[in-house]
Amino acid sequence: MRRRRKNAIKKHTSRVFSALVYLFLYAPIAVVILFSFNTSKRNVLFEGFTLDWYAKMAGNTALLESFKNTLLVAGISTAIATVIGTITAIAMFRYKFRGKSIIDLLLYIPVVIPEIVLGIALLSVFSLVNVPLGLGSMIVAHVTFQIPFIVFTVRARLSGFDRSIEDAAMDLGANRIKVLTGITIPIIAPGIVSGAVLAFTLSIDDIIISFFTTGAKSTTFPLKIMELVRSGVSPDVYALSTIIILATFVIVLISQITVYRANKKSVKL
Amino acid sequence: MKQGSMFRKKTVPLLTMISPVTAWLILLIALPLLYMLVISFCGTDDSHNIVFRFTLKNYAKLFDPTILSIYSNSLIIALLTTVICILVAYPFAYIMASTTPFRKTLMMIFLMLPFWTNSVIRLYSWRTLLGVNGYINILLMKIGLIEAPIEMLFTRGAVVLGMVYTLLPFMVLPLLTVIDKLDGGLIEASGDLGAKPAQTFLHVTLPLTAPGIFAGSIMVFIPCLGYFFVSNLMGGGTSQLIGNVISRQFKEAFNWPYGAALAIMLILITLLIVKIYTKTGGSIDDLGVM
Repeated sequence: MRRRRKNAIKKHTSRVFSALVYLFLYAPIAVVILFSFNTSKRNVLFEGFTLDWYAKMAGNTALLESFKNTLLVAGISTAIATVIGTITAIAMFRYKFRGKSIIDLLLYIPVVIPEIVLGIALLSVFSLVNVPLGLGSMIVAHVTFQIPFIVFTVRARLSGFDRSIEDAAMDLGANRIKVLTGITIPIIAPGIVSGAVLAFTLSIDDIIISFFTTGAKSTTFPLKIMELVRSGVSPDVYALSTIIILATFVIVLISQITVYRANKKSVKL
Repeated sequence: MKQGSMFRKKTVPLLTMISPVTAWLILLIALPLLYMLVISFCGTDDSHNIVFRFTLKNYAKLFDPTILSIYSNSLIIALLTTVICILVAYPFAYIMASTTPFRKTLMMIFLMLPFWTNSVIRLYSWRTLLGVNGYINILLMKIGLIEAPIEMLFTRGAVVLGMVYTLLPFMVLPLLTVIDKLDGGLIEASGDLGAKPAQTFLHVTLPLTAPGIFAGSIMVFIPCLGYFFVSNLMGGGTSQLIGNVISRQFKEAFNWPYGAALAIMLILITLLIVKIYTKTGGSIDDLGVM
């Protein structure tokens, strides 16, 4: 009897605690969404409902341009990093070679050191060899911090990979390229996809590395907000953010539900 | 003959596969960091150009009292953030680990969801909540905790709050991994042998989950030292971090050699922390990859 009551209290405290953590995580998001409909320009109190900021946002070319840049940089850098990272992970899984530990060490550097260090180191070298700062230099910088994350996620997936399947395909007459595209890559595809998704989100949200490696003319959405903070962020930024947040939520929820269903199915099989 | 076939079978594909990443890592990680080390020993001329003549003055400047106070402020913020993250994430991960698989997945999705969206705008909207005329002040006055609005923004506390908000999942994930692996039998056995829940926690659960606490602490503590944008947004320049000083040298003061020396110090601090971590049995593989 006493034990049951104790359990009930425990359950109750757990629920209250979790609810508070989620309140902490979601309160600022609620503010972004709520204040995108606010009649007042000052983001202090909610004064009334309007859709004006959405219309204003649609006409704010500088803001939309910065968001387009963000997507462009994230898309291109993720594509490059995914190709290089996947090939690297496969090579490091298959072969033992001299210098492997050095590659490993270099891959850990961007993960462990504070981002600001990589940011200024890249800026210094770009200016040394006169690389013009802009979207191009930013893409190169993003690929640099994305590669390790792709290598590590793909490698984690490879650790359960049975190499005899590759040998069997070779014995049956498949050439090396065919084995790679027809067998190895499809098997490790979930690892590649989750690595790419992680790399993409890191790029979209990046502030520090972009801050140092871009030029004055090409800014990204996060950098644009940082720039606006001094003069005050007007609610049209909240309007664009609301659309991005809702789109992200829908995409993430759909993909997670798909993954959860797929896992459940495979467990049953 | 045999050597030739070996060359074709192993060396050629290996070289094709490994050269892009090797070139990339050398040109864009190793060389830039080395170059930074080099310029940290250089000076500048009147128009901020780097002059390649050996000097130690950038390192001497690191012992300036103002810089030392920024270092200590930075370390205090990182430490407070880490401790608060442990205190929040530990019970949270524990609850996650002990619920049903479906609820656990749900809790995980809703933990990560905010982190898929722009962190700058989420931090910025804390300013609305924390402002003098903001909702938190109104709430506190309604329930009678305070009589007049208090200034919460632009304080060290606000910076710590921003850091916790940005870095919390990095503490939850490694903790969840270790708590998931906990052997329930051990905890039961401890109870059966007469230990009180608090004793079991202190002598069984805590030591077994310590690796997760260490891994999470590193993933929270190190970024804290460099996240200058959190200090800009929440502290408004009142609470400076090492990252703020470095960024100012590169973007405003244009004293790159001095900025490089500050960054070298930051690397040394990081290496020291990681060294302590691996020495105490932590695995480098547990860091950074989610």
